[in-house]
Amino acid sequence: MPKQQANWSPYDNNGGSCVAVAGADYCVIAADTRMSTGYIILTRDYSKICKLADKCVMASSGFQADVKALQKHLAARHLIYQHQHSKQMSCPAMAQLLSNTLYYKRFFPYYSFNVLGGLDNEGKGCVFTYDAVGSYEKVGYSSQGSGSTLIMPFLDNQLKSPSPLLLPVQDAVTPLAEAEAVDLVKTVFASASERDIYTGDKLEIVVINADGIRREYMDLRKD
Amino acid sequence: MFRNQYDTDVTTWSPAGRLFQVEYAMEAVKQGSAAIGLRSKTHIVLGCVNKANSELSSHQKKIFKVDDHIGVAIAGLTADGRVLSRYMRNECINYSFTYESPLPVGRLVVQLADKAQVCTQRSWKRPYGVGLLVAGLDESGAHLYYNCPSGNYFEYQAFAIGSRSQAAKTYLERRFESFTDASRDDLVKDALMAIRETLQGETLKSSVCTIAVVGVGEPFHILDQATVQQMIDAFEIVGEQEGPAAAAGQEASAEPEAEQGGAAAGEGVAPMDI
Repeated sequence: MPKQQANWSPYDNNGGSCVAVAGADYCVIAADTRMSTGYIILTRDYSKICKLADKCVMASSGFQADVKALQKHLAARHLIYQHQHSKQMSCPAMAQLLSNTLYYKRFFPYYSFNVLGGLDNEGKGCVFTYDAVGSYEKVGYSSQGSGSTLIMPFLDNQLKSPSPLLLPVQDAVTPLAEAEAVDLVKTVFASASERDIYTGDKLEIVVINADGIRREYMDLRKD
Repeated sequence: MFRNQYDTDVTTWSPAGRLFQVEYAMEAVKQGSAAIGLRSKTHIVLGCVNKANSELSSHQKKIFKVDDHIGVAIAGLTADGRVLSRYMRNECINYSFTYESPLPVGRLVVQLADKAQVCTQRSWKRPYGVGLLVAGLDESGAHLYYNCPSGNYFEYQAFAIGSRSQAAKTYLERRFESFTDASRDDLVKDALMAIRETLQGETLKSSVCTIAVVGVGEPFHILDQATVQQMIDAFEIVGEQEGPAAAAGQEASAEPEAEQGGAAAGEGVAPMDI
């Protein structure tokens, strides 16, 4: 009998894309609501976005069972923090906790590609982007998931400061207003849905600012 | 209660069938400053007296939030109380994680009681020296439980523990029949009145007491000082030192009822005075 290879995987990819954009006093976090496996759609109405703390929201694509477990784990740790410190965790604190939690399972990872968004202690928008084992970085914007290869270059084009070496000399990118950022995110998902089969159905947008958290929805292509 | 040859270990019975170490642990509860609890059909109110060791120090925290639907007030060794609160919080978090629903209060108090019982049957342990008033809301309604160092627990409509608690208990016994259908604010007022009973003439101010509420549609939270002071003023329940006959009568009857709490206070307050 020829040597047999294992053909069962503990992981599955449920597809989907997530994006987060930070502003001077707001943060926009968005993800599509399609959950799929292979070429099959499991549901058109699944939220990949989870509120971890008052000013901290996480969007995750990848294997949603692992995502769910990760969200529950972080929620429990946040409760313990609140009991001990009598206050909510700040976004940077939660960012470090997420990183540690992911690395804890370095040798059987959470198949979860995360993007964390919120306001820091001074009320400025912040976005943290992760890989599956917890390597993270604070950035101004990021995308993860099946559509990220389509989305990220476009965000770079719109949001990234131009290199000072380029000619003609260009102004640094002007700070984006909240409404402009939300509009950009909608455009980005509409474009991604055209070419990425795993992204579509509906877009869920969460905006965090000094007034609190608000949620918005937009329809996307259903094919 | 006097020293005898059967009280060295918790694992030694007396010929009369008593475990003296456990009974001594219950004495520790009586040394702590008062904590009271009362419940209606939909709300439970916990209150405690804030007693600082000296004028220079702050008072110890005696009311802890365990979960959105459960809170606890303690009397006795606050350190033991803190450790048990941490245990209760962990149990609630783990239950929520597994079952995605809040831990029923009845289950929590049984776990707490079993934990306390273990310490009464191990020669290398000592009983917890703290009494806990556990207030919680679950599907079966509003509950108030009292957990002893002995490992027993009882459910109450209203109860008071700690030093001078007998005064509060007397007040609660008089009023408890009205609690079931009382409004939330009336319940808080009764709690403040009960606390005032334990103060024995000292003015009731929001700096002297702490009040916490949990109820239907109201997660467990400790009321802030301003709100409590407002309620005290609104109900006009400042202790009357000028002493109209009623107040003087209450104080006189409270004294002999202050049992070993008063006697111990005479000897010099226990080091773990809370």
